[in-house]
Amino acid sequence: MLRYVVRRLLLTIPTLFLVATIVFLLLRLVPGDMVDTVMARLAVLGGTVDRAALERAFGLDAPLHVQYVRWWGDLLLRGSLGISMNSGQPVVPLILGRLPVTIELGLLAIAVSVAIGLPVGIYSALRQDTVGDYAGRSLAILFVAAPSFWVATLVILYASLWWGWSPPLELVPLARDPIGNLRMFILPAFILGMVMAGTTMRMTRTMMLEVLRQDFIRTAYAKGLRERLVVVGHALKNALIPVVTIVGADLTVLIGGAVIIESIFALPGTGRLMVDALKVRDYALVSGVNLVFAVAVVGANLLVDLSYAFLDPRVRYR
Amino acid sequence: MTVRQGPNERGAASAFVRRFMREKRLGVVGAVIVLMLLVCGIFADLLAPYGMDEKSLPDRFAAPSARYLLGADQVGRDILSRLIYGARISMLVGLAATTVTVAVAALVGVPSGYFGGRFDVITQRFVDAWMSFPELLVLLTVMSMVGRGQLQIILVIGIFTGIRWTRVVRGAVIGIKENDYFEAARAVGQSHLGIIVRHVVPNILGPLIVIYSVSLGWAILAEASLSFLGFGLPLDVPSWGGMLSGEGRRYLERKPALAMWPGVCLTVVIYGINMLGDALRDLLDPRLAGPGRPRPATGA
Repeated sequence: MLRYVVRRLLLTIPTLFLVATIVFLLLRLVPGDMVDTVMARLAVLGGTVDRAALERAFGLDAPLHVQYVRWWGDLLLRGSLGISMNSGQPVVPLILGRLPVTIELGLLAIAVSVAIGLPVGIYSALRQDTVGDYAGRSLAILFVAAPSFWVATLVILYASLWWGWSPPLELVPLARDPIGNLRMFILPAFILGMVMAGTTMRMTRTMMLEVLRQDFIRTAYAKGLRERLVVVGHALKNALIPVVTIVGADLTVLIGGAVIIESIFALPGTGRLMVDALKVRDYALVSGVNLVFAVAVVGANLLVDLSYAFLDPRVRYR
Repeated sequence: MTVRQGPNERGAASAFVRRFMREKRLGVVGAVIVLMLLVCGIFADLLAPYGMDEKSLPDRFAAPSARYLLGADQVGRDILSRLIYGARISMLVGLAATTVTVAVAALVGVPSGYFGGRFDVITQRFVDAWMSFPELLVLLTVMSMVGRGQLQIILVIGIFTGIRWTRVVRGAVIGIKENDYFEAARAVGQSHLGIIVRHVVPNILGPLIVIYSVSLGWAILAEASLSFLGFGLPLDVPSWGGMLSGEGRRYLERKPALAMWPGVCLTVVIYGINMLGDALRDLLDPRLAGPGRPRPATGA
């Protein structure tokens, strides 16, 4: 087990290194010098800045490989990812400040997807090829096919038409008003969770069907155990292992969805920060958000692999 | 060199179609929907009652009638006609981007699996790192750099999705290398290129078709999402995603149909493609159904 954990951890290092390098290159490959953008904006404001001074400030006065080494130095020694060209503030605190909203939205969405996907998936598997199964599967397929930006648009549109409701513009902090905060998050989390619920449902169904055909389930039934006990005690436990991995694998889908949902519901999370940064071509901030999310995905994959190895001994010996 | 198609293969193809029709009812529904998308896309000029951008200001927000079957939008354009031209956009971007996707997946995945060794290790590390980036974020970032446009969006979606699929192609190629005919080809001294063209490519056609059908839904959805967020196609192009964003968004309360129909079209088309893809996958390559495969398009 220990050998597997160490090997898996070591494999993460080159991945993280490449992820960071891709982000660095992304930032430098922006067509049109970003200094031009800043100069143009300063000119509008009536200020004048020495171009060379600006290039020095952004660290663009050195050749690419020197910039690369410096960028790593800043990142590792000072935890810095540069300065947002739009607001002039350091990128890292800007992102970290917005992260709690995205994390809350994501966790609630995962909860919604499991709360819908798991029971429907189990039911579908137990009643395979009945009307109930078809209904469950159609629901899953519908959830997967309906674009979340459309569903969110319709929800906001009709809520406004019928009840005059619109999403609040100010964030209600969780610490000050938990109920108000939850009310703010529940709709967006539900829509985001629906997208994932479809996948969870289909996955749960497939896995349950596979497990239900195995000998130990037949034995459990033969012993005279009640169905509820067989399903929850025997089958579900084994079917859940692969289902856990979807939560990890779906993190990229979840993050993409969060970007859209935060934009529509005016939630001040990292996804919205990213879209706003893209609109003003603030690429230091954009690449920072990309890096933070990519590292989160690498971490989630690591956790999924480790928990998989922990739950399923066969993995360790591959 | 192409796959030789003797009478046997042609018989196999029609047997495949018969089996598909018999066993995969939902797949047939999917195929019909995809066919409808193609017909709408190809014959948009003939099917649409009005032009793509034909405005008639007196008919702003016209209710559905015999003249405007689904009503008219904020500048008096026929909604139905816009939707039909939207099908053409979705079809063009979807098919072109997916072709790029399959080409990239094959051009990187085949050598990676075939030659193995250092090239394979480096490529796979890179793909690992690449797959850590949430796909929508990368697409947004790059689209904002290269600017809105049809060619841009096709290449960006196509290339970046293709990189994700290289692993599946690589896996399929490694599987082929274990077959006796592969050993035999090596033993009689065929060149690498000859083996790839004659033995590898024909045998990964199944996975490639599956990749094509699964990526098609994703490409259409990605285009719609990017256009919705304002980083996809230019505003004057009637993209289904774009219709829900930007300027049109202000008029949704006045005419909810403007929000309803583009989404209905997208949902139906993606449903159809997913159904068709699932059915093709079940018949062509059951191995791809495992948990590790990249998923079909989800409404992110």
